[in-house]
Amino acid sequence: MKASAAGYARAENLRHAIEMLVASEGEGRVLAGGQSLVAAMNMRLSAGDLLVDISRLNELSGVSQEGDTVRIGALTRHAQVGADPIVRARVPLLAAAVAHIAHAAIRNRGTIGGALAHADPAAEFPACALALGAEIHVEGPEGDRSIPAEDFFEDVFTTALEEDEILTALSVPAAETGEVQLIEEVARRSGDYALAGLCLVRRAKGHRVALFSVGPKPILATGAMTALDAGDVDGAVAALTSEIDPPSDTQASAAYRRHLAGVLLRRAVARLEGDRT
Amino acid sequence: MTEMFRDKVDVALTVNGEPVEARVPAGQHMIDFLRLDLGLTGAHASCEHGVCGACTIRVDGVSVRGCLMLAAQADGAEVWTVEGLTDTAAITDLQDAFVARNALQCGFCTPGMLVAAEELLSAGGTPSRAEIREHLSGNYCRCTGYEAIVDAVESVAKARAGKGDA
Ligand SMILES: Cc1cc2nc3c(=O)[nH]c(=O)nc-3n(C[C@H](O)[C@H](O)[C@H](O)COP(=O)(O)OP(=O)(O)OC[C@H]3O[C@@H](n4cnc5c(N)ncnc54)[C@H](O)[C@@H]3O)c2cc1C
Ligand code: FES
Ligand code: FES
Repeated sequence: MKASAAGYARAENLRHAIEMLVASEGEGRVLAGGQSLVAAMNMRLSAGDLLVDISRLNELSGVSQEGDTVRIGALTRHAQVGADPIVRARVPLLAAAVAHIAHAAIRNRGTIGGALAHADPAAEFPACALALGAEIHVEGPEGDRSIPAEDFFEDVFTTALEEDEILTALSVPAAETGEVQLIEEVARRSGDYALAGLCLVRRAKGHRVALFSVGPKPILATGAMTALDAGDVDGAVAALTSEIDPPSDTQASAAYRRHLAGVLLRRAVARLEGDRT
Repeated sequence: MTEMFRDKVDVALTVNGEPVEARVPAGQHMIDFLRLDLGLTGAHASCEHGVCGACTIRVDGVSVRGCLMLAAQADGAEVWTVEGLTDTAAITDLQDAFVARNALQCGFCTPGMLVAAEELLSAGGTPSRAEIREHLSGNYCRCTGYEAIVDAVESVAKARAGKGDA
């Protein structure tokens, strides 16, 4: 099938992009890496949009560290996130997640902002943002605001972004000394979306566990976190499997996903303890 | 509003080293532009949703899915397809290895495979078979069973490393 778009415009800068979204009166659609949007257009799942191409806005791309915070521009491509020295050293979870996302050619164009805004329940970056306690920065006609990851993801493909807002960056606390960040997932083939996945972060303050592909949005497993803080792995697995309500679909049954979630938690804890590399 | 958005977009880019100027429909992807407007039929449009890799081309030095990039986004870009990479002899050794190893049968996947494999090889070093498989994991081949493709890429990696020009 062939894509249909009602119109296209290349944004000169962030303000210009927002002005165009406002002027489009709800028909506008931000185009970043295009790795989800153009696919949806080709399938005619998305048709008749006025495309606001932000992919040239260099101001929204790149990684920087200010004090204990690492800021990643929305247009930083997956491959750049994976190769960036600051990300690799201070947010290793994101760098590790990249290897699980799609294939090289898709990672060369897909952007982290696009992945967060798209909010596919099976995507890695949204769950990473949740596990890391990230802030998501957005800009709209009324100015900018920051949304904690916990409030950003609302439902399948649905976020707290308002119609005319653009996601500009993500900021995450830089890993402290001794902090461990891990991602585990099960997918049928390399590059496929996960059947189930889990991010585990261990900080001095305690554990954080976020899951993906086990519900309509990434889930922070607070029961499992509390049990891990108490050193109770069996309790954490039990809590985890009761605090998720995974769907059954052609890829996997709900029961299998729930089982996988427990397996992934045990694998991640084993890696934490250095039993596995 | 309507003045802001265009249903036809002017682009100026280079394709296989040649400058190209065109006016493209807003929703047209790169593969239709290359095939239908420029007559470059090497890259194929197959699944058109990013899954099969038959449309893999090189844009600004990296492999991309031609079906997931709009022609309108290619303004200023440097695009290479299998035709250009063939003419400049950049991948002659890889093409010869594909023939020698029987790494193509119908050939439908081959232009995309070559672009993806060349990206890996040009990164330098000698990738392991597992790394070759991983890098080509987004390129489907319905004929060969992949083993011969991995053989071909591996042999070129070793040959280039041996010559010291990898
Ligand atoms: C075959 C295939 C396999 C894939 N596998 C995976 C996988 O395993 N894991 C995974 O996580 N992803 C996967 N992806 C998706 C990929 O990671 C996409 O790159 C990503 O989901 C979207 O990023 P993008 O920059 O391409 O966004 P686009 O496709 O340009 O946009 C996606 C959506 O987000 C909106 N948007 C984009 N950027 C912004 C912004 N800055 N502000 C506001 N709205 C914005 C757009 O309007 C659109 O609705 C896969 C894609 C394909 C084609
Ligand atoms: S046609 Fe582009 S990936 Fe299949
Ligand atoms: S040779 Fe036929 S699809 Fe690969």
